[in-house]
Amino acid sequence: MDVITRGAVIIEPGNSVENKTGTWRVFKPIINYEKCIRCMICWEFCPEPAILRYDDEETKKKTPAPKEALKRLPVVEIDYDYCKGCGICYNECPVKAIDFVKEEK
Amino acid sequence: MKVMIRGNESIAYAFKLARVKVIPAYPITPSTLVPEKISEFIANGEMDAEFVTVESEHSAISAAIGASAHGVRVGTATASQGLALMHEVLFIASGMRLPIVMGIGNRALSAPINIWCDHQDMMAERDTGWMQFYAESNQEGLDLGIMAYRIAEDERILLPAMVGIDAFVLTHTVEPVELPEQKDVDDFIGEFVPHYVTLDPEKPATLGSFGFPEHYMEFKYGQWIAMERAKKVIDEVFQEFEERFGRKYKRVYPEFMEDAEIVLITMGSMTSTTREFVRRLRAQGKKVGLLKLTTFRPFPKEELKALLKDVKVAAVVERNISFGFGGAVYGELAATFANEERKPRILDFIVGLGGRDITFKTLEEVVKIAEKAEKGEDVDEVNWIDVNKEAVLKAEGLL
Repeated sequence: MDVITRGAVIIEPGNSVENKTGTWRVFKPIINYEKCIRCMICWEFCPEPAILRYDDEETKKKTPAPKEALKRLPVVEIDYDYCKGCGICYNECPVKAIDFVKEEK
Repeated sequence: MKVMIRGNESIAYAFKLARVKVIPAYPITPSTLVPEKISEFIANGEMDAEFVTVESEHSAISAAIGASAHGVRVGTATASQGLALMHEVLFIASGMRLPIVMGIGNRALSAPINIWCDHQDMMAERDTGWMQFYAESNQEGLDLGIMAYRIAEDERILLPAMVGIDAFVLTHTVEPVELPEQKDVDDFIGEFVPHYVTLDPEKPATLGSFGFPEHYMEFKYGQWIAMERAKKVIDEVFQEFEERFGRKYKRVYPEFMEDAEIVLITMGSMTSTTREFVRRLRAQGKKVGLLKLTTFRPFPKEELKALLKDVKVAAVVERNISFGFGGAVYGELAATFANEERKPRILDFIVGLGGRDITFKTLEEVVKIAEKAEKGEDVDEVNWIDVNKEAVLKAEGLL
């Protein structure tokens, strides 16, 4: 697609997915599934939203979450393509099930 | 049909004849009569348009952008502080390439507060990417208003345009104006077809998007190209207008230029006084010419080079000042000739700020200094005319 249009108009909407904002991240949230109580607070607070939620067997197949985590549904997984590393999930998690570690690139 | 109307009405009639569909406007002296007249047209059923009342000029131009992005012909009017309040939004209109036309009642800026004429308001918006036209008379206000739509909406251009009419000298002065027939204007500008992407739920698009460093300059280069192309389009539209309506327009209008040694360069209503003044000097055998700038953006560089290359003194007579340098037109004319071998001596004359009258006496002073320069005498580059310099120097503690 040509990115240069007159008036900077975007004629193919929905293409913000192409902008992988995950590259902005300095700190990375990591979910500890053993501690996670599936309260969905992180999913609710994520401003992107870069926390994916899988509720049933059907959506479960798509999740990259580790197998043992999928034994209990619903499950959340961080979409690192778009997570900017703002740390809100880490801050909000009531059981401290999210670690926030320096990104290693 | 000949009518007796004020300059503000010229702008209102231009919008009516152009069948403008949305007019978001906020009243300000001396432009208030434009929205008033349009409200009257709409109330009388003479004009089928949406009048949007807003809380400021900032909102007026923002609403104009929204309406234009939706794909209708839009017009608004303002002046002075109102135009200054629009400043940041003006860049958005031109950056989004929306062909909005705006009438400006050219007025001085505060402080001290002053409602009278000078060109400071539009000159301060020089770099916003809008085309700028300056009218000499109410007739020109009407004609340029109509032509501005044709030019702005041209598929090759898509840039917004301002049409300046001098505060009070034109905005509030009744003059005879030839009002074209609706049918003829319809034939001339045609049905509004937006040659740009509009807000349409059937064809979703993002307007007013983000531009990262890797793309931003390309969008600005596009505006540059459009403004350069506008020169040719303006000439074409002026030519076609003359063929249809019999009135001649040029980006730089030359008069008394044959053998001219001193040329006065003017804009707006002061041109009428200057024309009569130059006519009298010619009758005395003085080789003085006159150039009227109708278009300031795009700046008619090539035409000015051709017209002034063999002239001895080019005297810019202007109603604006850029503190720390000189008048805007002087600066641009000097830059136009910067790399030329053959060039005139270019002098600047700051006149008529805040509505001070520009009279024959003013112009005599201009020509007196220009004649000195012609003889090779030492004169200032930037000259303030009709100013009580002694009083100012006292106030500044220099006398």
